[in-house]
Amino acid sequence: MRDLRSLLRGRRDGPAAGLHRSHRDAVRLWGTPWARFGLVLLVAGWALVPQFVTDDFWLSVLNYAGIAAVAALGLNLLTGYTGQISLGHAVFLGVGAYAAAQIGEGGDIPIVVWLPAAALIGGLVGAIIGPFALRLRGNYLVIVTLGLVFIAEHVFRNLKDITGGNTGTPVSASPSIGSFDVTDLSFAGQSYSREQGWFWLIWAIVALTALMTKNIVRTRPGRAIQAIRDRDLAAEVVGIEIGRHKIWVFAISSAFAAAAGALYGSYQEYVSPDEWNLFLSIQYIAIIIVGGVGTVFGTILGALFIGALPSVIEEYSDSIPGVAAKAGDSGISVYSLNQAIFGVLIVAFLLLEPRGLAAIWLRVKTYFRTWPFRY
Amino acid sequence: MSEFLELSFAGIALGSRYALVALGFVIIFRATGVINFAHGGLMLLGAYFAYALIATGMPFALAVVLAMLGTAAFGATVERVALRPLVGRPVYAAIMVTVGLLFIMEQLATTIWGHNALTLGDPWGLDTVTAGDVVMPVKDLWTIGLAALALAAFFVLLRYTRIGVAMRATAADPEAALAQGISAGRITAVSWAIAAALATVAGVTFAAGPNALSPGLSTVALIAFPAMILGGMDSPGGAVVGGLIIGLVQSLTAGYQEDVLPWAGENVHHVMPFVVMILILLVRPYGLFGTREVRRI
Repeated sequence: MRDLRSLLRGRRDGPAAGLHRSHRDAVRLWGTPWARFGLVLLVAGWALVPQFVTDDFWLSVLNYAGIAAVAALGLNLLTGYTGQISLGHAVFLGVGAYAAAQIGEGGDIPIVVWLPAAALIGGLVGAIIGPFALRLRGNYLVIVTLGLVFIAEHVFRNLKDITGGNTGTPVSASPSIGSFDVTDLSFAGQSYSREQGWFWLIWAIVALTALMTKNIVRTRPGRAIQAIRDRDLAAEVVGIEIGRHKIWVFAISSAFAAAAGALYGSYQEYVSPDEWNLFLSIQYIAIIIVGGVGTVFGTILGALFIGALPSVIEEYSDSIPGVAAKAGDSGISVYSLNQAIFGVLIVAFLLLEPRGLAAIWLRVKTYFRTWPFRY
Repeated sequence: MSEFLELSFAGIALGSRYALVALGFVIIFRATGVINFAHGGLMLLGAYFAYALIATGMPFALAVVLAMLGTAAFGATVERVALRPLVGRPVYAAIMVTVGLLFIMEQLATTIWGHNALTLGDPWGLDTVTAGDVVMPVKDLWTIGLAALALAAFFVLLRYTRIGVAMRATAADPEAALAQGISAGRITAVSWAIAAALATVAGVTFAAGPNALSPGLSTVALIAFPAMILGGMDSPGGAVVGGLIIGLVQSLTAGYQEDVLPWAGENVHHVMPFVVMILILLVRPYGLFGTREVRRI
């Protein structure tokens, strides 16, 4: 909340930021009637979107964006709240996907088992790798995780029993508990498609991870990691053990990524080692930068924006001038355009709007909340 | 024995290319404290500039020199436009910007010149010379010579010229350097220009001969990261030593892996530099020659 308030044009108090009479009041999640109204709207949106958007293509875009949001919330804890950059986030998605493939093999194991188990394995791998980089002051994590991307790709390609080698492995872990399967829902005489069922599942998990993130950052260790981000020396002076805190954040961030990877594997039923590359990691960095570093709401916004962008470009590549829709056409290829756009978005947002889309939204909100006064 | 010598020679040739790239990382790190992920993009663009000039029928040497100047100007411009505004903001923002720039530069090159492998038309081609029973490609001899020349020129610049002294002063203590009237902005711009020029030489030597030039070249710069860490992030001499070690490790692993490490999987030599890097971070996080500023917490 400290972050949200400081975003309001640097003002920390006053009517724009809301008046807090106690600490309990300040850390409350849904503190105002408007916020509670927003919550109702979000839940209604979650329930109703698949009723109106029935097209499989658009639902799949939203589903991939939701999976990206789960992973990006993890990266946001690490980068946004603790100030550590990781280029290895994609690796943990891979770990999660392979863990889900192994544990949920055959499709009989319920999702409440394989999803947490995949997250746990991802977290453990993170806890093992973290100390290599995080016990050093400075930006060593970015270098170690860069190495991790390449080493892990090598391992994924050669650990053929688990990963299927270069060709990849089918993931048969199914999103079901016993006979209740979200891919085959029927309710009150109406049956729903696979994509609709997945939408409800994925976005419920997004809400759950968002709530977890919110709760983590408003606890004592959560404030400790933000102190490390703001000034590690000062944090150490007030008695925060920097190394230990950075390592648990890395483990949790990896666990989120692994959960997203498990969902990703189960959703597309097949994964190959080509997917967990540097570009995927960069995509998550783009998500949190575009959305808003250090905000939960912004991360989800960024995931929707960045997650949907490649599909939208792919879909409309015929009508964008200068884009080669098919191989052999002149102009920039869709793949190249996507990569270049991510690059441009990262640079442009960092230079022009470092707090991301969330800051724009907050400015709009503040304008209306304080209207007709402009301060 | 001759196999070992040939592999070692190839390793030194590869390592001297890594040294050029790693030195570029170190120069920019010393001036700004930023790990420059866009370096691979500069290397790629430098090599393509050289290709474009050679394609017009220009002599090879002249084309490379002009490409170095062009890339240097490009590097300094990128710094001015995209990184200067971030001075005073957290370092991680600048690092992320260089990551974004890498993707922009890669796609710029791909869009202009395409995915196909292009031959640079260098004068060395596939020629080899034989000393005893060791066969050495002529292009590797030239690579080692050119790298040595470029590195010597840089160290002379750093040691004896006014701008070199200013660069060392800024690296040692930015605020004291500023107080002496050294323009930090100018040092940063010059650092980027020098790094970009060195990247061009590296790019051209990587793309020479049978390797040919394709957009995948920029990933090579990422393999030079371990060289920088091994040598010490702020030590130019360390970058050269680190580059040579990484080159040797990679070449020897590629040659002997089947006998020594058969369980490690195919192409393990591609990731060996990163394994070396993680090992060095465990025992000597500041590298072989870096400042012992790095501290465990």
